[in-house]
Amino acid sequence: MKELKLMKGNEALAEASIRAGADAYFGYPITPQSEVIEYLMFKQPEKITGMVVLQAESEVSAINMVYGAAACGKRVLTTSSSPGISLMQEAISYIAGAELPCVLANVVRGGPGLGTIQPSQSDYFQSVKGGGHGDYKLITLAPATVQESVDYVKLGFELAFKYRNPVMILTDGIIGQMMEKVELFEQQPRITEQFDWATKGKVRGKDHVIVTSLMLQSEEQEKVNLRLQAKYREVEKNEIRYVTYNCDEEIDYLMVAFGSCARISQKAMELARAKGIKVGLFRPQTLYPYPYEAINKLASKVKGILTVEMNAGQMVEDVKLAVNGKTKVEFYGRFGGMIPAPDEILNALETKLIGG
Amino acid sequence: MSEIIKPENIVYQKTKVLTDKVMHYCPGCGHGTAHKMLAEAIDELDIQYETIGVAPVGCSVLAYYYFDLDMQEAAHGRATAVATGIKRVMPEKYVFTYQGDGDLAAIGTGETIHCCNRGENILIVFINNGIYGMTGGQMAPTTLSGMKSSTSPFGRDTKTMGNPLKITELVAQLAGTYYVTRQSVHTPANARKAKRALKKALEYQKLNKGTCFVEIVSNCPSNWKMTPVESNKWMEENMFPFYPLGDIKVPQQ
Repeated sequence: MKELKLMKGNEALAEASIRAGADAYFGYPITPQSEVIEYLMFKQPEKITGMVVLQAESEVSAINMVYGAAACGKRVLTTSSSPGISLMQEAISYIAGAELPCVLANVVRGGPGLGTIQPSQSDYFQSVKGGGHGDYKLITLAPATVQESVDYVKLGFELAFKYRNPVMILTDGIIGQMMEKVELFEQQPRITEQFDWATKGKVRGKDHVIVTSLMLQSEEQEKVNLRLQAKYREVEKNEIRYVTYNCDEEIDYLMVAFGSCARISQKAMELARAKGIKVGLFRPQTLYPYPYEAINKLASKVKGILTVEMNAGQMVEDVKLAVNGKTKVEFYGRFGGMIPAPDEILNALETKLIGG
Repeated sequence: MSEIIKPENIVYQKTKVLTDKVMHYCPGCGHGTAHKMLAEAIDELDIQYETIGVAPVGCSVLAYYYFDLDMQEAAHGRATAVATGIKRVMPEKYVFTYQGDGDLAAIGTGETIHCCNRGENILIVFINNGIYGMTGGQMAPTTLSGMKSSTSPFGRDTKTMGNPLKITELVAQLAGTYYVTRQSVHTPANARKAKRALKKALEYQKLNKGTCFVEIVSNCPSNWKMTPVESNKWMEENMFPFYPLGDIKVPQQ
């Protein structure tokens, strides 16, 4: 049954994982996302759906438990925040290399290092450009609301199994900590399918299943890479998601922002439009695959683009790639846990784009 | 001749739990025998189709080619975490890890201890040859005091390089372990004993009483720079006094 509730982002994400029919959650506490495991431990989904919840001794261990369970063809997830996600990078690379499905969520806090526990978007590069070693991609979903945090857990599992690829929900301390109205989707059944690629005990008459990312012969490892790249091209063809605000009408300027920063930019856009500035907003919901073409099309009709991020300028590099010199691209950001206010963004719009 | 080769006359044959793949292990290395003992234990218990194994990083990184079982390759040191993930979502399966000393007792110490402390119902097979084999003979956490390796070329100086780690005694202290034993496979008698221990450890898995941990003290002729026979003798004279064979923790009756 669908349900309407007022929920904190982290708790809503946790509830969504139970409802998505997850088989297991492995995690380790870290601010600002500890409510995820706290909620799951309190709910005891093992008694309701059979979902396993386990607190590991470290993020390193948690993500390797995810690897083991995902390789059995189960719906598995973990969540963490920036320093914890950094610790997981080795295994994330293994998961991508072995082509295992799983959902990860990074409730981003400001860095580098131990940084701060306040919200940030400074793990954009880590999520979409690499993170771990080797040529691999994480399908990266960027929720801007508590509702999207919930919906992306379900979507995340669908995409993870469709492409046998890890999916990262790149959220932040704002969305994780704030309470919003949310419509919870109805309880999904747990997976019953027995996948050929999954370890489940050798099937009589069939070859034993080996889950590995190791190919010692370069020719074989190149084949693995070619297969991965072909998969990524499919993902890029099929899975781009974004939302536009006022972009269908005549606009002079465009703002590009994702996640919670897009929420603030929306307010800035309203302030600007009240002053007569014709500005629209573009919000990518998938950061990988990135909506290069859609931004490129919009670039043709505007005098300039302002990218707004809670970091020192990461997604702006993709915006520049998308725009490819067609128009001016400026950046405004706050970082280290600072959150830009709408009037700051408006000021940046006026000074960097219009006056600049 | 052909009338003799009949199923009812078979007194010995290679277990079906091992594949026909030619092993990459060096001549005289204990891995082959350890593999065989584990495979025979699985065969004799008739659990080939209910077993999932985890291979480590190290010499046995390709163990998944040799066991005719569903297997996963873990990142270096993380085999017990991977096995935890497997066992928690497939509690009805038999799950084991097969790890060397570098994997289990250096980079994976944290995972080893916490897996044993949680009492995961898995079997950990620990091959201790006191050296990093795969990477070419570097010092391991279990390298004996004074023992030479490529990163302790003048012998392990415990003052600056630390002491050899008896991780098996360490995990035996934990409430989560059910059966902890140290074996070897360098003689037929020892190999048979090791198989009995492995078989017992697998059987215990059904009791859900905790982690079973079987150490196999083994040799590394290539990196010890000895012939197989010399290496076994050296093992008896040097490894066994520090790593004595026998049960360390047995289930309480």
